[in-house]
Amino acid sequence: MLLLLLSIIVLHVAVLVLLFVSTIVSQWIVGNGHATDLWQNCSTSSSGNVHHCFSSSPNEWLQSVQATMILSIIFSILSLFLFFCQLFTLTKGGRFYITGIFQILAACPSPSPGLCVMSAAAIYTVRHPEWHLNSDYSYGFAYILAWVAFPLALLSGVIYVILRKRE
Amino acid sequence: MAPGAPSSSPSPILAVLLFSSLVLSPAQAIVVYTDREVHGAVGSRVTLHCSFWSSEWVSDDISFTWRYQPEGGRDAISIFHYAKGQPYIDEVGTFKERIQWVGDPRWKDGSIVIHNLDYSDNGTFTCDVKNPPDIVGKTSQVTLYVFEKVPTRYGVVLGAVIGGVLGVVLLLLLLFYVVRYCWLRRQAALQRRLSAMEKGKLHKPGKDASKRGRQTPVLYAQCWTTAEAPKLSVRRRPRGWGSLARIRNSG
Repeated sequence: MLLLLLSIIVLHVAVLVLLFVSTIVSQWIVGNGHATDLWQNCSTSSSGNVHHCFSSSPNEWLQSVQATMILSIIFSILSLFLFFCQLFTLTKGGRFYITGIFQILAACPSPSPGLCVMSAAAIYTVRHPEWHLNSDYSYGFAYILAWVAFPLALLSGVIYVILRKRE
Repeated sequence: MAPGAPSSSPSPILAVLLFSSLVLSPAQAIVVYTDREVHGAVGSRVTLHCSFWSSEWVSDDISFTWRYQPEGGRDAISIFHYAKGQPYIDEVGTFKERIQWVGDPRWKDGSIVIHNLDYSDNGTFTCDVKNPPDIVGKTSQVTLYVFEKVPTRYGVVLGAVIGGVLGVVLLLLLLFYVVRYCWLRRQAALQRRLSAMEKGKLHKPGKDASKRGRQTPVLYAQCWTTAEAPKLSVRRRPRGWGSLARIRNSG
């Protein structure tokens, strides 16, 4: 059914967009006059005109968060590509296992409990005082998007595994 | 060209050629390359690389000089000199007996190694190369930072995590496909053997039946009514349903 196919593709693309936005945009932690994300800390002066952006610290935990976010993007793109491949080459009645597995990997890049996107967000939550010194902060929308992207990616992957190709 | 045409066309071309040869051809200067920053741990050794580019061939009069400016200091002192094929190492200053010449002019390398680092070695080192007749050029500086423990460079953890996970996933996929391929091949071989055996079984009863059919004809007699004459006929039953005698009675 065309509707089902379209909705699945839309969900997948939405997950991809969420992952991209949350990795790139500079709004993981915001406070008064400063915003940080995975790659840099930006602060505006009090007049609001001048932005100073410094690259963030080479802390190992921050690097692991960066790595898992990049990995999840890579796996999600790969699973989209594989979905289109399998759509045309799978036998009738077959299941989209590989696509689903890659999408689930995008939600959890490794079976070890230390490397999920969810874990990446959790690592960030726990360890950010190590590289972020301001005490007055709140979480920005990119951080929230990362948490939202995880269950959506999981859902999308599970749907792919359940889905069967019909003639 | 027309005979009366002005001969001004060659000179712009000449001017362009001259200009390009001045601008595009390498300038007569030495360019020195070093790292920008070098990190070292206390007590260990560190290599200060220095390389250069020169428009002249490497001459025998080439000279390398390393100068050191302490962090926060203003004067730069000379700590190493190489000239006429002979290195001259600092023997009285702070780098006494700690410098080692590891460069080679033929390979355009003027690197030195400093052993047994200390916190007082923090500072800026300048590499100066002179390759007569090419002596005009810019020097290059490298800043040495001495730490108690050298921090891992940015990107090592990042690259390791990404590369590791991708490698593991690819390996698992490859393994899965190889195992599936072998299993399917084995299934196909078994299938072939099974179908071959079945074909053999089907052939054997067929052969026996025909033999039997030829050997044992089936006879059956028909007794008709008195009006009709009894008929006897011999019929061969090729399928071999056993030797059956069928007698039909009517009346």
